[in-house]
Amino acid sequence: MSTMIKMVRALTAAAAIAVAAPALAAGGHKPEVDRYQWSFAGPFGTFDRAQLQRGFKVYKEVCASCHGLRLVAFRNLAEEGGPGFTEEQAKVIASEYTVIDGPDDAGDMFERPAVLADRFPSPFPNEKAARASNNGAYPPDFSLIAKARAAHRGFPWFVFDAFTQYAELGPDYLVSLLTGYVEAPEHIEVPDGQYYNDAFLAGQFISMAPPLSDELVEYTDGTAMTTEQYAKDVSAFLMWAAEPHLEARKQMGFRVMIFLIIFAGLLYFTKQAVWRDVKH
Amino acid sequence: MAGHSEYVPQSAAAKWLESRLPVISLVRGSFVDFPTPKNLNYWWTFGGILFFVLISQIITGIVLVMHYTPSTAAAFNSVEHIMRDVNFGWLLRYLHSNGASMFFIAVYIHIFRGLYYGSYKAPREISWILGVIIFLIMMATAFMGYVLPWGQMSFWGATVITNLFGALPVIGETIVTWLWGGFAVDNPTLNRFFSLHYLLPFMIFGVVILHVWAFHTTGNNNPTGVHPKSKQDTIPFHPYYTVKDAFAIVVFMILFAWFVFYSPNYMGHPDNYIEANPLVTPAHIVPEWYFLPFYAILRAVPDKLGGVLLMFGAIAVLFILPWLDTSKVRSGAYRPLFKQFFWIFAVNAVALGYLGAMPAEGIYVILSRICTAYYFAHFLLILPLLGFLERPTPLPASISEAVLKDGGSGSPAGAVSAPQTK
Repeated sequence: MSTMIKMVRALTAAAAIAVAAPALAAGGHKPEVDRYQWSFAGPFGTFDRAQLQRGFKVYKEVCASCHGLRLVAFRNLAEEGGPGFTEEQAKVIASEYTVIDGPDDAGDMFERPAVLADRFPSPFPNEKAARASNNGAYPPDFSLIAKARAAHRGFPWFVFDAFTQYAELGPDYLVSLLTGYVEAPEHIEVPDGQYYNDAFLAGQFISMAPPLSDELVEYTDGTAMTTEQYAKDVSAFLMWAAEPHLEARKQMGFRVMIFLIIFAGLLYFTKQAVWRDVKH
Repeated sequence: MAGHSEYVPQSAAAKWLESRLPVISLVRGSFVDFPTPKNLNYWWTFGGILFFVLISQIITGIVLVMHYTPSTAAAFNSVEHIMRDVNFGWLLRYLHSNGASMFFIAVYIHIFRGLYYGSYKAPREISWILGVIIFLIMMATAFMGYVLPWGQMSFWGATVITNLFGALPVIGETIVTWLWGGFAVDNPTLNRFFSLHYLLPFMIFGVVILHVWAFHTTGNNNPTGVHPKSKQDTIPFHPYYTVKDAFAIVVFMILFAWFVFYSPNYMGHPDNYIEANPLVTPAHIVPEWYFLPFYAILRAVPDKLGGVLLMFGAIAVLFILPWLDTSKVRSGAYRPLFKQFFWIFAVNAVALGYLGAMPAEGIYVILSRICTAYYFAHFLLILPLLGFLERPTPLPASISEAVLKDGGSGSPAGAVSAPQTK
């Protein structure tokens, strides 16, 4: 028992040091990332189809002019667990995009409307072209952005996250970033061609102009047409783009858990029966 | 191993096989009739758990290779192809990536169990050393596996770690070029890491057989550290430990499934979802969590070569541990002082892990140095001295006596009874 007490004491001491340390080391810009409600959070989470469709609209009409979605195929839009477009709708969406195909029989590359099997064409042919059009900044591809960005959690939060299954760091960050264009504090001078953003991970200035504003994208289903709503919808859509099998994963997880827990219970009682007469 | 078998072939076919290759009695002697101390607690189930994880990693890995493309131009996209287009590819990939973390969780518990109960002491030194070799190959395998998705952390982790060899005097640079197969981490590096990542798990499997062979020759250690004195102290491996291990493995699978299905990227780094780019260095290059304590030791030393030597020294010291611990008593349960130092060491190891994840600046460097010094002091000062300074509590005369003292009443005679005859 005294060992236990000593252990707890040692752990508390270590924890105290760990908590105090970041405060000492921190000094610069600390990104302000808030948490939001997501339909796809938790063990029974599913995507909100209407939200994904709205998010796709925001992506298409606003983000897509600079940000690609190169790993997502048009057929994915009509697949289970996604935005729930019909195959016909997905075909129409695809046909609005032009892709380069070829070479044809004459050896020439040619343009044609996209089909379901194609992936989203990127807005720029390469990184150099993207930078040339964007004042030297490179707009990243969005296929995995919802998994490729996360605010630093730190001790002890990351420990709780393992138990609470907090896995929405990416979309939370995206909404925070999109709504993070605030007035710069007086003592800070914002460089030309950059914008102050209190959520941006890489620093306090971002090269992207505030992309969203109220009433920018037309919603026909009565959903509020506000910056924050657009930000949430497009972030949900990007989470699906990054993890298209999220629903299947969580649904299988529940069945696997039920099976394992029952199996473990049966094995436990079997073990008790086998060991009944052994003093151990 | 086979010597423990009470197997007598009955059928003609079995007799024919046994007289030519006694494989049935070998398996029965090792995993059925094998006399096992009856007092092994749940910390002892991690051997079986590790075997399960190894097999799971090999099976998921073999299938992943069927869909993966080892080339700097295609690796990242092929992993995403697995995640998006391959049937249940996301499941295979998440099982494999989280499986690596599960492997290390289990192996660290297994190692700390050995440290606490003195499983490294005579006559089990060889088994312990083989275990340290397995741990080393595991680390190499995991490191190379992390490079394969060719994300930012894959690339920069590989660059940082391979560059460590450059710290060696005279031959350092040559070795690094040889490891890379060029003058930077590039396609040849990815391809050889892929090749070795496929090879090493089978070597682990081989050393695991030797590891088991060694402690089946000496007999298992047990929580008292006292050798079995009579048949009453042991029970056959099957069905007692097969069912106990099976139960523990399934409970472990629940933990595994928790991460795979609900937080599959919890133990990964978000930067690895960005394709490798040799021109952009991530803000903080951090290895996977299971390397963090060693990474902290590496960075604690201001000199690069010193850091590398100390990091490898942190594992090398485990090889000579059987001769550093001077106490004649095996189990920590009977060593009042050792017990306390053991827990301090455990907390220190976790602290090193935390420090490895923090930037190497300010207070973190100082704390890393203190923890590194303590890590080595535990093995090189405390364990050798404790054997002389400590007064162990009295050992039980036998396993059965220890069990009866803890467990209260009852006849020890039932211990050897076979449930299948009831």
